[in-house]
Amino acid sequence: MNDIIKENDNNITEEKVVPQKKPDPRSKLAKPERMLVLNSSPHLHTTKSVHKIMWSVIIALIPAMAMSFYYFGVRAGLMILTCVVATLSTELVMNFMKGEKITISDGSAIITGILLALTLPPTFRLSSAVLGAVVAISLGKHIFGGLGYNIFNPALLGRAFLQASFPVAMTTWSNPITLKYSAIDAVSTATPLGAFKFEKILTDYSDLFFGNIGGSLGETSAIAILIGGIFLLILKNADWRIPLSFIGSVFLLGSIFWLFNPNQYPDPIFHLLSGGLLFGAFFMATDMVTSPITPKGGWIFGAGAGILVIIIRLFGGLPEGVMFSILLMNGVTPLINRYTRPRIFGESRK
Amino acid sequence: MAKTPTPLSKEFLKGLWNENPILRMLLGLCPTLAVTNSAINGLSMGLATTFALLCSSILISLLRKIIPSQVRIAGYIVIIATFVTVADKFLAAYLPEISKALGPYVPLIVVNCIILGRQEAFSSKNGVGRSIIDALGMGSGFILVLLVLGSIRELFGSATIFNLQILGDWFNPWMIMILPPGAFLTLGLLIGLGNWLNERKVKI
Repeated sequence: MNDIIKENDNNITEEKVVPQKKPDPRSKLAKPERMLVLNSSPHLHTTKSVHKIMWSVIIALIPAMAMSFYYFGVRAGLMILTCVVATLSTELVMNFMKGEKITISDGSAIITGILLALTLPPTFRLSSAVLGAVVAISLGKHIFGGLGYNIFNPALLGRAFLQASFPVAMTTWSNPITLKYSAIDAVSTATPLGAFKFEKILTDYSDLFFGNIGGSLGETSAIAILIGGIFLLILKNADWRIPLSFIGSVFLLGSIFWLFNPNQYPDPIFHLLSGGLLFGAFFMATDMVTSPITPKGGWIFGAGAGILVIIIRLFGGLPEGVMFSILLMNGVTPLINRYTRPRIFGESRK
Repeated sequence: MAKTPTPLSKEFLKGLWNENPILRMLLGLCPTLAVTNSAINGLSMGLATTFALLCSSILISLLRKIIPSQVRIAGYIVIIATFVTVADKFLAAYLPEISKALGPYVPLIVVNCIILGRQEAFSSKNGVGRSIIDALGMGSGFILVLLVLGSIRELFGSATIFNLQILGDWFNPWMIMILPPGAFLTLGLLIGLGNWLNERKVKI
């Protein structure tokens, strides 16, 4: 055995394969009458930079952060600060270990920290949140090669790690400090969806809309998320197709089930406003690195995530499925990219 | 094959590092991932596998000139299965708790790639003494990795090692570590660490 291995070692000589330059096959074609914009991946025709995009996302998160501060008090601020410090330090350590340029100023680690903090329950231990932040940056991003190479959304990966590590603490919700009457015990994703139908629907809607409910820090207030999300869409720093198809498919499927049996399944508005759907659709699913690059791919990505959300919410063991549905769709994103690759002009259909 | 016989010490040590069944060859990953949720489970799985590996190596090495090459795999499997059954019954009789914890993975040692691989690659071509050394080396490498993996997972997943409290009450156990994802994460990081050390020419 050993001899064979040695021989093989000797056989591996340093052969440098010189790539032969092939003539561009397109040069043989006739010149097109008008130029077509082909959708191949890095479109460097804007003044956008990683910096600008990341900081615009941070600005878009300000309403959600403010609302979390309003509803959950100092605790929310502490949680966000802890997570951001933890992600930045992890990023620094990772940069040092990989011997590369320090990348903490590009804003991506800050975003991961804020997003992670906003998806955690208000009473979650800060030390455990640090663990989530470390996992998010190290195992979620840098182990794949850093920003732009990660397969899964780092913040969601960190949250999934925490969900699997501390299942009890991750589903223990507290009411916002503004909710003094605690007769209603957290109309949130934590309570089974079956219990919701005994609540007063009208008050629920306004509470759901403004965020006066129990839930993760940043996901309760629909209006704050909408303001931030629309800001992102106006700046075109997020693909509008993804939130639209995501929310649309949840709405559509939710209404089908609701019409089918309104006693058993919640109505579609409740689906939209409850849980982390809006937050996930606007801030998590639109992550440029982990979502498809083609327009058609964006539709498929959003619709797939929406279908998974409904399946998990209505038939799964967990009350909320936004995190896992986005992570699952992150996993199939390379496949979506591959199958929605636009045809080159003149290429024949198979 | 071996024109100049390699020293026996090298034959033993290769199983620990250079040809470590898990870290270098990535063999036998199923039991590695499945039963290492505690140090004791990892150790007992390693010992059971090493027992089966050692005994079948001896027997196959003795019978290597008798078994026709056309039916050698079937022959090996029968021999391995015999010793695995011995290990399985032994565990069930004397250590019923561990036997219950390991579940179907003890009978599954029969199809463990490490054992079949060593028989095919080594015992069927080498003498008894050399085969014993090889089996012991490979078995030790396997036990070592399973023990380390099981200890890490138990430490973070239940704050204990061999059921002894290591971390205090301040530590909140990460339940993920004793679940399957913890096995994959820890093994991946261990393999990465192994490659990193190997690149730095740290040789045992």
